[in-house]
Amino acid sequence: MGSHGIKDRVAIVGMSCTRFGEHWDKGLDELIVEAADDAFASAGLAKEDVDAFWVGTAQSGMSGLMVSRPLRLRGKPVTRVENFCASGSEALRQAAYAVCSGAYDVAVALGAEKLKDSGYQGANAFPIPSDGTNRTVTAAAMYSMIVPAYAERHGISVDEVKTTLARIASKNHHNGSLNPRAQYRREMTVEQLLSQPRVAGQLSIFDCAGVADGAAAAVVVRAEDALRYTDRPLYVKALSFVAGDGSGVTDAAYDYTTFPEVVESATDAYRQAGITDPRRVLAMAEVHDCFTPTELVLMEDLGFSSRGHAWEDIRDGAFDLSGDLPVNPDGGLKSFGHPVGASGLRMMFEAWLQLRGEAPAERQIATVGERKLALTQNLGGYPGEMVSFVSILGTEPD
Amino acid sequence: MDKRYTLRRPGKISWVRGILSHGVYLPYRRLDLAAVAEISGGGGRRGHRTVASFDEDATTMAVEAGRASLRSGVPVEIDSLWFATVSPPYLDKTNAAAIHAALCLERGCPAYDTIGSVRGSMGAVRAALAQEGPALTVAADVRVGLAGGPDEAYFGDGAAALLVGADSDAPVLAEAGPWVSVTDEVLDRWRTPGDLGSKVWEERYGELRYVSSGVEAFEGVLKRAGLSAGQVDHLVITGTHGRACRSIRGRLGVPPERLVDDLAMQVGNTGAAHPYLLVSAALEKAGPGEVIVLLVLADGAEALVLNTTTAISDHQVRWPLAVQLAAGAPIGYGQYLAWRGLLAVEPPRRPEPARVSGSAAGRRVPWKFGFVGSRSEDGTVNLPPLTGELEGQPMAEARGTVTTFTIDRLSYTPSPPMVFAVVDFDGGGRLPVELTDADAADVRVGDRVEMTFRRLSTADGIHNYFWKARPLREGRA
Repeated sequence: MGSHGIKDRVAIVGMSCTRFGEHWDKGLDELIVEAADDAFASAGLAKEDVDAFWVGTAQSGMSGLMVSRPLRLRGKPVTRVENFCASGSEALRQAAYAVCSGAYDVAVALGAEKLKDSGYQGANAFPIPSDGTNRTVTAAAMYSMIVPAYAERHGISVDEVKTTLARIASKNHHNGSLNPRAQYRREMTVEQLLSQPRVAGQLSIFDCAGVADGAAAAVVVRAEDALRYTDRPLYVKALSFVAGDGSGVTDAAYDYTTFPEVVESATDAYRQAGITDPRRVLAMAEVHDCFTPTELVLMEDLGFSSRGHAWEDIRDGAFDLSGDLPVNPDGGLKSFGHPVGASGLRMMFEAWLQLRGEAPAERQIATVGERKLALTQNLGGYPGEMVSFVSILGTEPD
Repeated sequence: MDKRYTLRRPGKISWVRGILSHGVYLPYRRLDLAAVAEISGGGGRRGHRTVASFDEDATTMAVEAGRASLRSGVPVEIDSLWFATVSPPYLDKTNAAAIHAALCLERGCPAYDTIGSVRGSMGAVRAALAQEGPALTVAADVRVGLAGGPDEAYFGDGAAALLVGADSDAPVLAEAGPWVSVTDEVLDRWRTPGDLGSKVWEERYGELRYVSSGVEAFEGVLKRAGLSAGQVDHLVITGTHGRACRSIRGRLGVPPERLVDDLAMQVGNTGAAHPYLLVSAALEKAGPGEVIVLLVLADGAEALVLNTTTAISDHQVRWPLAVQLAAGAPIGYGQYLAWRGLLAVEPPRRPEPARVSGSAAGRRVPWKFGFVGSRSEDGTVNLPPLTGELEGQPMAEARGTVTTFTIDRLSYTPSPPMVFAVVDFDGGGRLPVELTDADAADVRVGDRVEMTFRRLSTADGIHNYFWKARPLREGRA
């Protein structure tokens, strides 16, 4: 028994990502076709060359037909997966294991979400018939609980935490302003961010990821086949997934300053990849900044900052585009918005661009070269009851 | 002693039935009726009325009053439950069944509604007195009058409960004496099902009819009790006709200082609940060996004599009326109108909550209605109960502390913003739960809270009943 990982046995040989935003002129089918075609082209494939598909979506479609129909696939297995906001990462994980097992030679993982057709602002979950006792509070409000809790546990003022959150948002806005695929491309200063009205606890709208439509895709093959498709594949070093037992919601010992599921999935991923000092060996990280306090806590849960000190590292610019470990160099959920099923693959797409040196010059990070690893972290749910995915990708097999 | 109100069991002594316990519930909000006229162009008056919160209805308030009556440490198993209201949340379906579930009464305890008329609550007491074993009667009303009208100012919202039984069950605080009923078909006040407001006939006509019925019932009951008007220590008068209730006062020969305050200035008339509310008020004040007469003017008149016993001296009321009267906080007239649906306000731009699944709710009645969690072998309290854990953990009376909270301006609620708190209960158990009866600006980490039964939302006519937390206010035992 054990989580062994599949280090260096599978590689990503092609990727794509649509522009994220309000695609009033595109439906789910158009987004999927665009992402799939671009991924095929990236790997130099035709759709007939792909043996199996996995598609992650939270609630934009159901069953493999959501891909086989628009792509007009014949005789291919297509599986729709759902794992909250980590659905796109989950699709990649399933495709990677399928290829690794030998069942298929070439698999495609897709993530797609069409949120802007609901007629409401924000993302709204499908109502599952229930006894009506589930809490009705929004995700923003649940994550806002981190703010006073973090201040209390680490002995800093709520204002200092607020300023830290504004620094996170400002950084991600800056990175997004340099990214043509991002939904929001406006710089926001810390001062501007601090003056916004609050919508949930201490959070303003600018502490929340936007709502966007989008799709992204990856082509995966066994590592030994990778160089047939590209001379610069990304090797899968680690894939880890943890679904929490939900006890944080009802356990009085839980204090809203950490996500145990993230700590567990990161620990597992680092073990799979053989990483002991992530802050020094990772060239970059894409993390799930659904709300700014999430990114604050993630810096500690992923081991980038010691407990209680992420706010200082953020203040000192450690995770800026020019920092020693750039975090969310593409602008993150903050700039991209969060088409739920697509976000996990969008994160990997930035690793694909950066590690291969294909990011636009104004956004290319300097850590790449000497460092050859990228981390993506994708989560779904709430503090106390969440799913967390961590991947580590690298340019060279050991 | 009137035979009808004692029970004879073979080979046993007869037990005199009466009131074992009582409790009231006043909603937290108070409307200053002086604010009405400026908005509605008329109406209002001096004084305040109670206002049920947007998440309350007759059923939820009845649960609160029932809890208040049962909290006084009277150890009885309820043999029947009677619920009276003129503002029933459901028709066809028994509203008392939800109260039964919320109070965690035994499956074999019947629950009945007597709904639609003010007089119904008197029928419920009468039925309770005629039962064997402890019977809980609860009455509650959300009383609505059209904006600017006299009923809006005359009415109030509230609930009260009387626990009826015999000394064989628990010490009787007040024995039920004679009861005289006069039934008179009189067209004075009526409401067509579905209408918001009531209609009334020309006031003088009803006044004459009611005063006549009331005097007849009052004199009849005194005669049967062998009492003179001067021996009445506490006279409770209430009914559907405010003017008749006032003008009959001087016709009964009872000194004015013995009249129990009808709470018109602080509460208003709470419909079916008002007789119970005022009896409860009288019992809170009465000493042993005193005579209380209840006179209710509604489609005739009901007169009942209650004789307090020595047990009343030792009886502790856990949530007294005076405390609840003092605990209220103001609500603006506009907010009041919006809560009652009398002012059409913009709904939240979020999808409305889905309707509750009847079968899903049916599988979790103890949790959803009774707030019963589960307990693990190691003593951990789980809210909601963990699948497979059979040990129930009643939590409705547990108190807790706000560990952290947030103010959510995005969530769907009929009265934004939603205040949402993580509550850690004394003795274990944590629940992230909505706070109610709280002003967002006043909530602090460390606040003490208690649980309250509320209506979270309504979809497809299905009321979603569950529990919220509310700040524990001073004066609560």
